Amino acid sequence: MEQKEQFYYDNGIVRLFLRATIFWGVTAMTIGLMVAFLFIFPTYMENISWLSFGRLRPLHTNAAIFAFVGNGFMLGMYYSTQRLLKTRMFSDALSRINFWGWQLVIVLAAITLPMGMNSSKEYAELEWPIDILITLVWVAMGANLIGTMIKRRQRHIYVAIWFYISTFATIAVLHIFNNLELPVTLTKSYSVYAGVQDALVQWWYGHNAVAFFLTTPMLGLMYYFVPKAANRPVYSYRLSIIHFWSLIFIYIWAGPHHLLYTALPEWIQNLGTVFSVMLIFPSWGGMINGLLTLRGAWDKVRVDPVLKMFVVAITGYGMATFEGPMLAFKNVNAIAHYTDWIIAHVHIGTLAWNGFIISGMIYWLVQKLYKTELHSVKMANTHFLIGTVGILFYSIPLYIAGFMQASMWKEFTPTGTLKYSFVDTLQAMAPMYAMRAFGGTLYLTGFILLAINVYKTMKKGSFVGDELAEAAPLPVVSGKRAANEHWHSWLERKVVLFTILSTVAILIGGMVQIVPLVFDSSQVEKIATVKPYTPLELEGRDIYIREGCNNCHSQMIRPFRNEVERYGEFSKSGEFVYDHPFLWGSRRTGPDLQREGAEKRHKDNMWHFRHLLDPRSIETRSIMPSYAWLISDDLDYSDLEAKMKGLRKLGVPYTDAEISGAKTALEKQAAGIAATLEADSGFQKEFVAQGLEVKKKEITAVIAYLQRLGTDIGKSK
Amino acid sequence: MGIIFLLIGVSFIIAAAFLLLFFKSVKSGQYDDTYTPSVRMLFDDELVKDNNQNKNNQN
Repeated sequence: MEQKEQFYYDNGIVRLFLRATIFWGVTAMTIGLMVAFLFIFPTYMENISWLSFGRLRPLHTNAAIFAFVGNGFMLGMYYSTQRLLKTRMFSDALSRINFWGWQLVIVLAAITLPMGMNSSKEYAELEWPIDILITLVWVAMGANLIGTMIKRRQRHIYVAIWFYISTFATIAVLHIFNNLELPVTLTKSYSVYAGVQDALVQWWYGHNAVAFFLTTPMLGLMYYFVPKAANRPVYSYRLSIIHFWSLIFIYIWAGPHHLLYTALPEWIQNLGTVFSVMLIFPSWGGMINGLLTLRGAWDKVRVDPVLKMFVVAITGYGMATFEGPMLAFKNVNAIAHYTDWIIAHVHIGTLAWNGFIISGMIYWLVQKLYKTELHSVKMANTHFLIGTVGILFYSIPLYIAGFMQASMWKEFTPTGTLKYSFVDTLQAMAPMYAMRAFGGTLYLTGFILLAINVYKTMKKGSFVGDELAEAAPLPVVSGKRAANEHWHSWLERKVVLFTILSTVAILIGGMVQIVPLVFDSSQVEKIATVKPYTPLELEGRDIYIREGCNNCHSQMIRPFRNEVERYGEFSKSGEFVYDHPFLWGSRRTGPDLQREGAEKRHKDNMWHFRHLLDPRSIETRSIMPSYAWLISDDLDYSDLEAKMKGLRKLGVPYTDAEISGAKTALEKQAAGIAATLEADSGFQKEFVAQGLEVKKKEITAVIAYLQRLGTDIGKSK
Repeated sequence: MGIIFLLIGVSFIIAAAFLLLFFKSVKSGQYDDTYTPSVRMLFDDELVKDNNQNKNNQN
């Protein structure tokens, strides 16, 4: 028998991520709950700009995805990688850089997002300096992972590790491509892509962030921790291999299903649908593999909170991945898109699948790390129970709300007019929003029980930072393939090659769709009357982005009778050619704004002024935040020329004269809007008499932008 | 410029063909051992098991 080597597993890094996962989990869910309560009590945080919905919503999604699930993935990855490869991590320094760097990113996000520094692209809102930091930290993690594989003592690479590698490689590529942006200042940048192209890159990213940040890493955890906790091998190892390869290859093509019925070319939409439907096979293969791992262990599932949580998590994965392909059908998507159905769908993924696999893993790990038993199994069972009920209370009302709102949007009276105003549909959902907040409260309560339970377990046990282990060293073999060796096991040994091939598989999917659109101008039909924004409108658009208006208001009218009736002419891809970034949105908590300035939806400046100041003074049932600070804050247009020059580099045809005269033009347009407001005697008494110089305020820019929206297309040359 | 993208396109088609072969082989069961790894991962290498009173299979 060969000589065994002794070495130490690094449990210290695992403990760091364990604490971070729990801390950020509580934080992310608390912010989520704050946002959920805004739907019921829209004024409870009124006039605090950094706590308004548009700024909190990105904070919630980023915290849940990157802080909670991100740390949870790294927690399980650092524990299982060392054990599966029978070696300590490649570099303790890289492990710490990974940990502290990631926490720094999260803290910076928690500061900048409420300040309104964001690029508007969903789940990629962070501004460019933080994007660069993310890249560095991510590469540190990847280098550490690959280095560990190179010095491993186990020839075979277990399936979980493959999922981790694909996570690393794909997220790196996605992150870089989607965040290609031109910096204007330290806190402001413009996406290099415009309109339709930007939308495609964003949802290629957005969809794959779900795939490769919220799914593949969690599947890796599933393939390690479910067999470990059940003390049973995975149901079919062969199925797990098929699951992996087919999943990563198909996933990357499915992004366009986020843009069905939009101004995206139809062939790309159809491609997205076809691949999304195909996704059900690898997804369900994986789900079945996970659940059947528990065959013969169902008696344990009855009593063990860890296994119980895993069962709900894997079931949640199965439900979400059944629903995903269904939602990618155009006729289903026509109903669900822009409604709360999507919010329910993603929360099945995050609360059930991600949240419960991480929670179950934490309960199992804390016992291993602290060499003791759980402080209270009863408490963990209570967490399981109220967490599960919480998921149901969260999702079922929102499914109903989504279906209901879509049906109400589409309903016509016998005389052919729309039956419900937008706010009617919003009001109808109020009870559902209350139940959703209740469900969220239950889920958070359960997670706080986990925090207490884990803390008490830590107190009780004794932590071993460097855990002694032994394994035989890897015999030296030739890098070439052995004569009787199957080529896949040869490939598994060639880690670097393996990583490259996975990346290639993923890249093909993305490039085939994106390259033609970005570089083939014939895909986007030019419209002669569409012109770049004026300086004031541009500043207004940047405020629109800062306030996160796109989190509730879409700017994309689908070619349906009810949408054309409600919002005006459906959207054309040529209308967005100067939009860096695109602002199509993904959820209509408020009405679409693409034609806000055009005839059907046109309102005068006074309406916009009063509506932004206090939406409920115009419509008592509105749940929109009031934006009083737009009236108190002066418009800062010191970067105007830099912004226009930057946009010109990206292809927006601003002339030299337009750029040099931009500030004058801006002041003139602002004065014009101010004049229309000041012509009103009520306005004179209420605001001018109080010393308000409205032409200097941010609100004029926002009004200018809103009045511009949708007006280009009707003009004659 | 266009030529670069053409080259990228061609490279990817080659890679796609390669990948297709890859999948066909995996699906037709070119696996020498699809059992041992799933069992092997269940065993722990940690040496110090004694100072903790009871392990595994308990909760």
